[in-house]
Amino acid sequence: MAAGPGSLTPPRFAASDPMSEVMELQMGPSHPASHGTIKFNLRLDGERIVDVDVEIGYLHRGFEKMCEQGTWNHVFPYADRLNYASPLLNNVGFALAVEKLAGISAPERCQYIRVIGGEISRVTDHLTCLGMASSELGAISAAFYMLEAREFLYDLVEALTGARLTVTYCRLGGVMKDLPADMKARTGVALRQVRRVLADCDRLLSRNRIFLDRMSGIGGLSSEEAISWGLTGPLLRACGVAYDVRKAHPYLVYDRMDFAVPTGTRGDCYDRFMVRMAEMEQSMRIIEQALAQIPDGPIMANDPRFVLPPKSEVYGSIEGLMNHFKLVIEGQKVPAGEVYVATEGGNGELGFYLVSDGSGRPYRVRVRPPSFYSMGAVGEMLRGCMLADIIPIFGQINMIGGECDH
Amino acid sequence: MTADALRTEVAAVLPQATLVPEDTVRGEVVVVVEREAAAQTLRTLRDHPTLAFDMLSDLTAVDYVEREPRFAVVYQLYSTRQNHRLRVKVPVPADDPSVPSAVSLWKSANWAERETWDMFGIRFVGHPDLRRILMYPEFEGHPLRKDYPLDRRQPLVPERDPITRPWSPRRTI
Repeated sequence: MAAGPGSLTPPRFAASDPMSEVMELQMGPSHPASHGTIKFNLRLDGERIVDVDVEIGYLHRGFEKMCEQGTWNHVFPYADRLNYASPLLNNVGFALAVEKLAGISAPERCQYIRVIGGEISRVTDHLTCLGMASSELGAISAAFYMLEAREFLYDLVEALTGARLTVTYCRLGGVMKDLPADMKARTGVALRQVRRVLADCDRLLSRNRIFLDRMSGIGGLSSEEAISWGLTGPLLRACGVAYDVRKAHPYLVYDRMDFAVPTGTRGDCYDRFMVRMAEMEQSMRIIEQALAQIPDGPIMANDPRFVLPPKSEVYGSIEGLMNHFKLVIEGQKVPAGEVYVATEGGNGELGFYLVSDGSGRPYRVRVRPPSFYSMGAVGEMLRGCMLADIIPIFGQINMIGGECDH
Repeated sequence: MTADALRTEVAAVLPQATLVPEDTVRGEVVVVVEREAAAQTLRTLRDHPTLAFDMLSDLTAVDYVEREPRFAVVYQLYSTRQNHRLRVKVPVPADDPSVPSAVSLWKSANWAERETWDMFGIRFVGHPDLRRILMYPEFEGHPLRKDYPLDRRQPLVPERDPITRPWSPRRTI
């Protein structure tokens, strides 16, 4: 049993020189620094990434298949669960697409409510992204501050919809219920608190030497490459392309709002961070303007073909009961046709491509998830970077599993 | 460019494409292109100076199971310079579900075509790495086809050993 020197080394490794060999490493699918289930199949030369294959699909729940099984109204709860950091934005996007297909539009007050809810959700989305990304870089106190700020906004969402996350707030032609009576006062308090926290985070991070060293010059793409990869939202604007669906094709009442589209210059992780920070302030400005301008009026369109009757009619008249029954059992008969409606989601262009065959059920629901296309470009961003750069790059993508894997 | 101007321009640049009537697409600009002309049409749309569709927003398919041809591959194009949108639909028959790949035109087509292959079983000829993306390699069938039953069970997959079956960057199905 006497073993000579070196005989303990397994033969598989004996002949190879670890300094020159390309090492294969599988990172994920459950890694403490990846907030979402995702796997990176890496080929490493030392700590430098030679090649990477990104595996997604761990959170695939058959969203599009499920949508074909129910009525149009059944899709709203599923849409919440696409991007669960900003469920109201998905809700609004889907509602706008079906309304275009059905040829109806929501009343003015409802459009303002959707803008307010959507922008609150955009801030929570960015806070989630930046908070998690900075905690993964070691700045855990900044992360807790941002989560605290998010909590103030979740309280608003709860007051508005009755739920923090699974809101299911929009309906075809309107929203579920009106703003709470004290919404303006509550929002004023919440936004003041959020601004105070964000100023703290800005002081903690934006000129922090360690943070800058990890973020700047990392993961950059040129604007042509970013467009070719289909990047949208903060990632594209960080490259200097001022494409924002709210400005390019204004929907709801965004054309009446005064807001800027922040852009970066270099398209690296630091620019993405700064663009998101600036966007939160713009979103809060939109919320304030919308609350100041909002008119009185109904919150549901008056169209018995698509809109459920009020409960007083359902329980008080046979016509109302029959209308309710037909809409719930058979679904809304959206006329045959197809539309593609893009809205500005938390991570970029959130598109819904809907095909209707005229029955009460969707024939095809396709969601264009912004983070799916961002993740497609991650391989390109990572090539040539160091192993540790995966964390800031992936953090700034803000991959949301529910949306990316639908 | 406005929708009307875009419609005129597309009809002039692409004589082989058919415009879909406005009312079925609610005023959007949609063209149908035959599969043989698809590759050339998409290249023209990207490179034409006034159309300039530099972004492929989305690529997917629709299974019109009772119609002939059965599938349609759908390209959502967007121009960041001209700020207009166009949808291109390419009919694909069931007996030969394949279209030319658009990866050489737009990089975003890479994952989108993998997803469409995964979900619909439509092959993209010339794709550098056509394999499943949302489902696992051993998955049988293509779930978004209308004839894939909702409650179908999949066979159990034995555990993969990373030493005997290592990851390879170009694993094909």
